[in-house]
Amino acid sequence: MRRNWILLLMAAAIVVLPLIVTGSAEFGGSDGQAQGVIDGAGYQPWFRPLWTPPSKEIESLLFSLQAALGAGLLGYYVGLRRGRGEGRKERQDPVHAGD
Amino acid sequence: MHIMEGYLPPIHALAWTVAAAPFVVAGVRRIGRIIEDHPETKLLLATSGAFAFVLSALKIPSVTGSCSHPTGVGLGAVLFGPNVMAVLGSIVLLFQALLLAHGGITTLGANAFSMAIVGPWVAWGVWRLTSGFGRSVGVFLAAALGDLATYCVTSVQLALAFPDPATGFGGALVKFLSIFAITQVPLAVVEGILTVVVVNLLAQYSRDELSALAFLRGAK
Repeated sequence: MRRNWILLLMAAAIVVLPLIVTGSAEFGGSDGQAQGVIDGAGYQPWFRPLWTPPSKEIESLLFSLQAALGAGLLGYYVGLRRGRGEGRKERQDPVHAGD
Repeated sequence: MHIMEGYLPPIHALAWTVAAAPFVVAGVRRIGRIIEDHPETKLLLATSGAFAFVLSALKIPSVTGSCSHPTGVGLGAVLFGPNVMAVLGSIVLLFQALLLAHGGITTLGANAFSMAIVGPWVAWGVWRLTSGFGRSVGVFLAAALGDLATYCVTSVQLALAFPDPATGFGGALVKFLSIFAITQVPLAVVEGILTVVVVNLLAQYSRDELSALAFLRGAK
């Protein structure tokens, strides 16, 4: 799957490029920027979040947890299917299995 | 694309929730049908949700000097059809609204409409139109344009709620698009690439499920 590695490298390059090109930027969230525009117009939100992570650290913990849960299931699924495919190959051709 | 808690006037919040609800109901039914007709694809369905979970947690820097995140809903949309993602995408948004104070309960309808409904529908439509050009081209365009469409819808939603005092809806739309859409372009490309990678893996290891879903019919 050499093609996939090349694709992943391309994706990584697109992610890293802005950090190099626009080195002095703040990289704040676009959601927050839109919120700022609305605040600037004098809008008062009429409802507050029921619960807010008490710190940036807790927030990043929960974001990591979200990504880890998703990546965990994704990896489990691909591994399971790959293993099943190889098991099938082995049964059909025990001598050359894994070639 | 997360409109924060309380940041849509009540009428708008209600209207988007009413608009989103039928899609979520249709999605629940569709998931029931898929599990009944093709129980072997249950785990792949969960994996499509997991992909959206990962991608929407990743805040990625963009050339505009700000950060945004992909949506990850294109994968499930091309595999299972758009309605399925109305449910899975809404679950992601609910998780973020309740545990991360990212998005909100009052804005869940609007956020679901952009990320879990319009994004997947655009992805699915683009896939249907472009899969003839090859699997990777179709999947890439579907995921990338679905991602971009989500952020355009968010901009429209905010411009409708907060028209510019001088230039009205149009001026506000340009303002919100300049925040969301341009930032999103490189991220949409990243989402397209990552979705192609996952579909490549599926094509290699999950042929049975893909043929049960008739995914590769007409697209090689």
